[in-house]
Amino acid sequence: MMQALGAHEILLPVRPAFIALTLVLAALLNVVPWSGWAMWVRPDLVALVVLYWCIWQPRRIGFATAFLLGLLMDVADGALFGQHALAYSILAYAGIVLHRRVRMFTLTPQVVHVIPLLLLNDIIVLAIRGLAGADFPGYRYFIGSFVGGALWPLISVLLKLPQRPRSDPDHV
Amino acid sequence: MEHQPPPFFRTGPTPLVRLLIFSTLSLALLVADARLKYLDTLRQVASVIIYPLQRIASAPASIVHRASEFFVTNTSLRTDNARLAQENLAHASQLQQLNALQTENDHLRKLLNARSRLTARTTIAEILYAARDPFSRRIVIDQGSQNEVQAGQPVVDGVGVVGQVTRVYPWLAEVTLITDKGHLVPVLNTRNGLRAVLSGTGNDGALELKFVPLNAEFANGDQLVTSGIDGVYPPGLPVAEVSNVERNAAFLFARIICKPLAGVNHHTQVLVVHAQQSAPERPVEEEKPFKAPPKKARRGA
Repeated sequence: MMQALGAHEILLPVRPAFIALTLVLAALLNVVPWSGWAMWVRPDLVALVVLYWCIWQPRRIGFATAFLLGLLMDVADGALFGQHALAYSILAYAGIVLHRRVRMFTLTPQVVHVIPLLLLNDIIVLAIRGLAGADFPGYRYFIGSFVGGALWPLISVLLKLPQRPRSDPDHV
Repeated sequence: MEHQPPPFFRTGPTPLVRLLIFSTLSLALLVADARLKYLDTLRQVASVIIYPLQRIASAPASIVHRASEFFVTNTSLRTDNARLAQENLAHASQLQQLNALQTENDHLRKLLNARSRLTARTTIAEILYAARDPFSRRIVIDQGSQNEVQAGQPVVDGVGVVGQVTRVYPWLAEVTLITDKGHLVPVLNTRNGLRAVLSGTGNDGALELKFVPLNAEFANGDQLVTSGIDGVYPPGLPVAEVSNVERNAAFLFARIICKPLAGVNHHTQVLVVHAQQSAPERPVEEEKPFKAPPKKARRGA
């Protein structure tokens, strides 16, 4: 059986520069111009990475980071100011409140926690758009959240790599 | 259950309190942006922060584009060249006619003592990316307020109207396409001069003529050009072609679907038209005889 990643192993402390780098990379991938069907399956990577850090480093990454990244995403989208900020703040809250619970599980059940949170994120944005007068874009709008959930194990492994202790050659 | 930290660790407000603070802040921003339009400076600052990210992110696509341009085949170049030469010939003859007509027109306008139309200046802009947003039809171009692009300027391509600049950043501008759901263009049917309002549907290949009576004469294949009465689009730019007319007596208006002429989705370059509007001032409303208001009764005093 697969061990819960990090739950039973001792990790090195995370470097703040690494957290910042991952967030910038996620924002970068989010503003890559997609078109056609890719636009629909595109997961919100910033939401995913913010959620990851809120679950694993709730002391370092929290509301302020989520809020500011949300504002940047709003500008990149040319959307109303504050809709992603609100969605990411709520996502950060969910991550921080659930972090002890989610960490108990192995990667697969973690996905079951992550997908509803990403869907919640989408629904908040959708609701604000709706209030501002936009039409419902169809159910394929939610595909991105499921893709994001499917990416969660990959992201968990990748973002944890720098924290793995180096294997000691002298150790038998 | 949420585990409460011991009081000797200072952790600040609880997550719930923080959530309330930040959601109130974002709701305030939403209202301020949607209703009061106070946040343009904040948006400008944030756009400067994210500008390098956007440039980097759109780099791979443009590199691929340029690489594919580099590997064009000889035959495609030849066919392109032949086509262009032919077009050039056709345009040259039209241009001669145009010159003659323009001088004639100027002369007539002078005779009429009419205001001669200003020739519009244009700026070539490259499309950086289409906004990654399934809700609206927008593109972002690489010219901004540093290049004298202003909100409200029309954007065209070689064939017709693409859209309108709706938001300007220092080095970028957002263009709302004519296919965007909330976008309206006043148009004129070139066949019979009927005016109507063309609205986007949110679909890429379809526009809709709004509020056209059932008996109005629109037929498939009619060309629609901007009428210019809105003061935004210069008159006479081709916009769309009527592709389907549906008259159902059960409804008040005919349902007329049009196809945009400009390749709204597949472009790399567009033109921003710096249209100088020379519309006459609106007539001032006649001042009514104004009675001096009675002294303000102070409430509660």
